[in-house]
Amino acid sequence: MAGQLSIAKALNEALRKSLENDPKTVLMGEDIGKLGGVFRITDGLQKDFGDDRVIDTPLAESGIMGTAIGLALRGYRPVVEIQFDGFVYPAFDQIVSQLAKMHARALGHVKMPVTVRIPFGGGIGAVEHHSESHEAYFAHTAGLRVVSPSNAHDAHWMLRQAIESDDPVIFLEPKRRYWDKGEVGEDPMLPLHSARIVRPGTDATLIAYGPMVKVCQEAAKAAEEDGRRLEVVDLRSLSPIDFITLEESVKRTGRGIVVHEAPVFLGLGAELAARLTERCFYHLEAPILRVGGYHAPYPPSRVEETYLPDLDRVLDAVDRALAY
Amino acid sequence: MTVKSTTRARKKAAPGVPDKTSAGSAAPELVQLLTPEGDRVEHPDFPLTVTPEELRALYRDLVLVRRFDAEATSLQRQGELGLWASLLGQEAAQVGSGRAMRPGDYAFPTYREHGVAWCRDVDPLNLLGMFRGVNNGGWDPNEKNFHLYTIVIGAQTLHATGYAMGITKDGADDAVIAYFGDGASSQGDVNEAFTFASVYNSPVVFFCQNNQWAISEPTTVQTRIPLFRRASGFGFPGVRVDGNDVLACLAVTRWALDHARTGQGPVLVEAFTYRMGAHTTSDDPTRYRQTEETEAWKAKDPILRLKAHLEKEGLADEAFFAEVEAESEKLGLRVREGVRSMPDPDPTLIFDHVYTEPHPLVDEERAEYEAYAASFEGEQH
Repeated sequence: MAGQLSIAKALNEALRKSLENDPKTVLMGEDIGKLGGVFRITDGLQKDFGDDRVIDTPLAESGIMGTAIGLALRGYRPVVEIQFDGFVYPAFDQIVSQLAKMHARALGHVKMPVTVRIPFGGGIGAVEHHSESHEAYFAHTAGLRVVSPSNAHDAHWMLRQAIESDDPVIFLEPKRRYWDKGEVGEDPMLPLHSARIVRPGTDATLIAYGPMVKVCQEAAKAAEEDGRRLEVVDLRSLSPIDFITLEESVKRTGRGIVVHEAPVFLGLGAELAARLTERCFYHLEAPILRVGGYHAPYPPSRVEETYLPDLDRVLDAVDRALAY
Repeated sequence: MTVKSTTRARKKAAPGVPDKTSAGSAAPELVQLLTPEGDRVEHPDFPLTVTPEELRALYRDLVLVRRFDAEATSLQRQGELGLWASLLGQEAAQVGSGRAMRPGDYAFPTYREHGVAWCRDVDPLNLLGMFRGVNNGGWDPNEKNFHLYTIVIGAQTLHATGYAMGITKDGADDAVIAYFGDGASSQGDVNEAFTFASVYNSPVVFFCQNNQWAISEPTTVQTRIPLFRRASGFGFPGVRVDGNDVLACLAVTRWALDHARTGQGPVLVEAFTYRMGAHTTSDDPTRYRQTEETEAWKAKDPILRLKAHLEKEGLADEAFFAEVEAESEKLGLRVREGVRSMPDPDPTLIFDHVYTEPHPLVDEERAEYEAYAASFEGEQH
């Protein structure tokens, strides 16, 4: 896969490889066939693999998830596309009560190798229900694995790893980054649930995932002009979380700032702050700070920039952390 | 064969007024092969030939299933089970449909399909684990093609439909039964399952046991037309069968499964029956229904009518009935002893099978718990 690929294309190639490698892999979702999905992630796949393996479904998210579970029970490996973040809630029972618990309920007798792809997050000027970040609901649910790539390489390889997993995986795609390009290497380089230090630094650790990794990288670059060396960790996996990498980084820098689009209150940052405080207590120079969305419904798009963390809000938190 | 989904001419309800009689009582379309008095009748669409031996086997199933169910209710009263959902009154619907299945077919039950489990040769003790609280299911669904009990109403109908979609992909001639009840017919999942099964022409039989009550709510709260007629709106046949008639349930389900497995798509079977007992052992039906209603249904008892038939036709003698009775006592004893000796799981079961592959958080919490538990070792309790 030489050359630069967009995240969208890298995902498309990952689905293609997965369909090629395992005849039991099937894709399901709304408009994923001829249209190629509203974001074109499945572009051309129905043409090449047939409508038996790339399945246009009725417009019923619970139906999609429930039948995916049935297909998994029959030995298939379904990859479900939920069209937009805000449309996953009708499938919530099937994901949280059925999919996540089935393996445990059967005392291990059945497996649920189902991947649920969801374009998530804001910043694209969309209408209501098209910009949400609901990762905390899924990360809070035992039985699910939750991951989110931030770049083309990870998008490709993490999706292939997710599909190969015998556990259900919620795969959150940073929709505002779909068209960002990057190199896709010849092998995954990391296991699915490892975090990655994407920029080394010494003064504070910025922890982000999905769409906010880029914001944090830009913030770190800007901070460097002020002589501050910020480390940026791309979490990649939201459940489980690679606390070994995080702990090592925060102990070294003495400061941690978690950045996500989701509301701060009871968001992933709350868990990260609590656990990193336990693990790094005597190394901390400041409390772990959080930057994220407000405790309000996702706002109309004309004011979404106020809601979404940006470079300035991240640097403001850095200032506060360094002031302790 | 006539089209089952066609509505027959009947008195029209006033616009906007729910036609309560059609939802709540047996309409003339009811398929019956054995009257409540035990007389065999024919139905033009559902011929059935059964040998005396098969009739005796069905009788045995019905009696043993009822005995198991009664034992479980007693065990709940004795504190051995946390809860029990009795199938009393629904034995024929479950045994008839269960015995219609081939070994390769697959059943997706609610939490009340003890009679279907019996027909699939699932050990009754397996069903009691979740009601005792030692597991949340625990059996291997693929061993007997009987899925785990599902408690969230109607969710399993989608699993059944997806499984059936897989059968089609495999090019196999198996079929699936999705069990649900009159209450579940209102659920979105059931209606989505109808839609998916219909457009993909999936080999699934939707078997609705209309037992007239969803806990305290009568069918008139769920529907203003007979439930089997819902099928026509989704584009597949619907049949209403006497759910207390094991022969009719057998014949209709066999037909429906063959319809499904031969590529003709789904069927909705509404087994018109009655929940003689409470919804579960936590329920008190005297608060919401009349004794007269229950008494009227007693006269339609599924076991008594088959017994009457066997006696009238001279197909079984006293020795046979005594033998079944003895076997039923033996089953009761086995269930009683089995439940009482069912061990509590090791608490670390909590951490088992959350994931198929190692998970650092689960491993960490297991280790924390084990260290905490070990800290009490040697202490007086």
